[in-house]
Amino acid sequence: MNLAYVQATSGDGDKPRLPGSLHVNRRLDQWLRIHAEGLVTITPGKVELGQGILTALAQIAAEELDIAFARVRVQAAATPASPNEAVTSGSLSVQESGMALRHACAEARAIHLSVAAQRSGVKLEAIRVEDGSFLGPEGPIGSYWAQADDALLACEASPGSRAKPPAARRIAGSAAPRLDLPDKVFGAARFIQDLRLPGMLHARMVRPPARRARFTALRDGALPGDARVVRDGSFLAVLASEEAIAEAAAARVTARAEWDAEDTLPESAEAWLRSAPGEDSVVVDRTEAAPEAAATLHARFFRPFVAHASIGTCCAVARWEGDQLEVWSHSQGIYNLRADLAKALRVPETQILVRHIEGAGCYGHNGADDVALDAALAARAAPGLPVRLLWSRAEELGWAPFSSAMLVEIEAETDAAGDIVAWRQQVTSQGHSSRPGRNPKPTLLAVEHVADASEIPAAINPPLASGGGAQRNAVPAYRIPRLQVGLRRITAMPVRSSALRGLGAPTNVLAIESVMDELAAKAGADPLAYRLRHLDDARGQAVLRAAAELAGWETRAKREGIGMGIGYARYKNSGGWCAVVAEVAAEAEIVCRHLWIAGDVGEAINPDGIANQYEGGAIHGVSMALKEEVRFDRRRVTSDTWEAYPILRFSEVPAVEFRLLARPEEPPLGAGEAALAPTIAAIANAIHDALGVRPHRMPFTAANLAAEMDAAGGG
Amino acid sequence: MDNGRDGDAMLAFTLNGEPAEGAPPEGASLLHLLRGSLGLSGPRFGCGEEQCGACMVLLDGRPGYACTLPAEAAAGRAVTTVEGLGTPEAPHPLQAAFLAEQAGQCGFCLSGILISAAALLQANPDPDEAAIRAALEPHLCRCGSHNRILRAVQRAASMMRAAP
Repeated sequence: MNLAYVQATSGDGDKPRLPGSLHVNRRLDQWLRIHAEGLVTITPGKVELGQGILTALAQIAAEELDIAFARVRVQAAATPASPNEAVTSGSLSVQESGMALRHACAEARAIHLSVAAQRSGVKLEAIRVEDGSFLGPEGPIGSYWAQADDALLACEASPGSRAKPPAARRIAGSAAPRLDLPDKVFGAARFIQDLRLPGMLHARMVRPPARRARFTALRDGALPGDARVVRDGSFLAVLASEEAIAEAAAARVTARAEWDAEDTLPESAEAWLRSAPGEDSVVVDRTEAAPEAAATLHARFFRPFVAHASIGTCCAVARWEGDQLEVWSHSQGIYNLRADLAKALRVPETQILVRHIEGAGCYGHNGADDVALDAALAARAAPGLPVRLLWSRAEELGWAPFSSAMLVEIEAETDAAGDIVAWRQQVTSQGHSSRPGRNPKPTLLAVEHVADASEIPAAINPPLASGGGAQRNAVPAYRIPRLQVGLRRITAMPVRSSALRGLGAPTNVLAIESVMDELAAKAGADPLAYRLRHLDDARGQAVLRAAAELAGWETRAKREGIGMGIGYARYKNSGGWCAVVAEVAAEAEIVCRHLWIAGDVGEAINPDGIANQYEGGAIHGVSMALKEEVRFDRRRVTSDTWEAYPILRFSEVPAVEFRLLARPEEPPLGAGEAALAPTIAAIANAIHDALGVRPHRMPFTAANLAAEMDAAGGG
Repeated sequence: MDNGRDGDAMLAFTLNGEPAEGAPPEGASLLHLLRGSLGLSGPRFGCGEEQCGACMVLLDGRPGYACTLPAEAAAGRAVTTVEGLGTPEAPHPLQAAFLAEQAGQCGFCLSGILISAAALLQANPDPDEAAIRAALEPHLCRCGSHNRILRAVQRAASMMRAAP
């Protein structure tokens, strides 16, 4: 959950509304500092996840201050000084952090110009800013650098826009190169995994053989080198001076540890969703006048649990100095992590400092927060020393939260002309957010293992007003007179679930867009034309037409074993628009060969970064559609290697063409999650086009499609 | 002495063109040694099972998984990591091309990919797209930067052919 959620659920209504996160972090000096040596440091609370956000934020700052892009430095977030921007999630960082910085920098510029005007006697309107220098009609009259004084910005932002009009922007809107990429191509120490502190020890976890297991004994035996065991109840770790020793020790202790293990995982994800206890709610229920229904279509779609599957394994460094804890983390929300660390460790938040350092891409709430508590617990055994805890690949794929399995059932009624008159959609899922910092009880993995254990509360779904969880994109974007959408949230959580890119959107959009294709076929209409005639949103129509044009949709020819399909969604129905045409080939497995994508995110701060995010999200969608499924037995997740949890490889990646529709006058929206769900839907529709079989079950493997064919043949 | 190294005895090899030595603990991998006492950060741990390629290094010019190679395997040989390909001041054409194409998102996979791409271009100065995909097949990229990476390798290949 993100700032939108915080604002939607807290009544901060007394002060005048300020843009984005500035509303709840109102001081200008929380956001930027001007240095006499000709640099500006911006201090956003949002964090780099590989999405390029720091570059986009630096562009916004440079633009409003009228300074060269190269003068901007971005300071990574840390408690307690950084603005609390809750979580970097939901494709909201440009709206929340970007708009705060735009406003704050524009106001900083105005403050500096009024000082310059006062000192020089030149009228405010006559002053121009050129790369930070202030120029009057007669020449230079000062600069940010000459006037640099922290006191000038030690004030709250004020309402009223001073930001540049869209047409005046030069840096925001350009394809500025990523600030972080040089470090990454030269192998510099930039990631949390690369952090080396003096005296640092290395720790590894010793995981139990089951999701629920109680430590009973450790059989005697030698440990390598200087390794030692750290235990708190059933939390078991090893510490050593070198990584190799810690890994060897973890292997030995794993072999010697004895546990009482329980069967707690369900027989299958689908059976679990059908039978588990749940809580029902109405997402939308509206009835307008409509023609009589002539035909009804039923369909049911299933997606299994899927994993974040980061390339880097989760890591944290923790150090206790007395009762003060310092943690280095790649968490998406450092303040929320601090809140749960405080609850779990029973120390006040004021005694904990959390510093953000980049990790590998996380794509949502993976184990980044969990490993921070693991490190803090392990570090208790080494007071005064930094302890680096790195998860194994098996922990990354087996112990981090997953995106919940989902069932989506749709019943659609059409009139005699084939147009939609009624639509009932029922979504069944565990919750999609178990992020720290939101519940009175901590949600970090180790709280269930320590001696003073507590149960992690079942994941929740944020309200639809802040994007929703399982119900994200469950409300079709199309014109439907009678619409009912219901949600059943499973209230138990044997397989831990939390936020993953798109949350409920991939399954909901798959279901909606598959049904739209079925309805189009029944109406004898082209899938594109059928969508357009049910869609009132002009920007939605525009991306659909653009993707179709890129793909040559209108002139496509039917080819044996090849299919083309289209998918559309506006992310969260409030974010970026996206339409995708996919081409697939039915070989031994389905191969996605080509994607044509059109997007609209309003003002594009960095068009190249947006292209990168749309394409990355789409390729993630191809992987999720064709390959990904978390597997488990009654005790543990068994898909805990890359062989057991395959993701898309180079040989399988489609060619991608992307067109961004320019809307410089419109508010900017995030790009990271817009393409994933429509891509999955487009692939499903392309499979139907190629094979005549409708995929209802992800992933669309040959085995799952064969089962669909059997069911269709037998039904 | 082949692989029979005693306990923490000194191990000597060439690292990125310079003499290097280390005394890794028993059972240490080459990745442990490179990231540990030798202080490198380019070769990365991703899985420890030769399934993701994040740890790829060149051993006498050929790509190898540093995560499963015993540290001793480096003895007397030449190891090249991404740090040895080039520097910001004197980048390898691949590094320049990856920046020109903005080929990356989180970037965690790039060290290994650059190493395999360097080996490919050494062996085949004019690879087609299929050859590049085949050379990069051992590598996982979760962010979906694959097409940019393919373009960057092609760009580097033309740069190298133009200025050998």
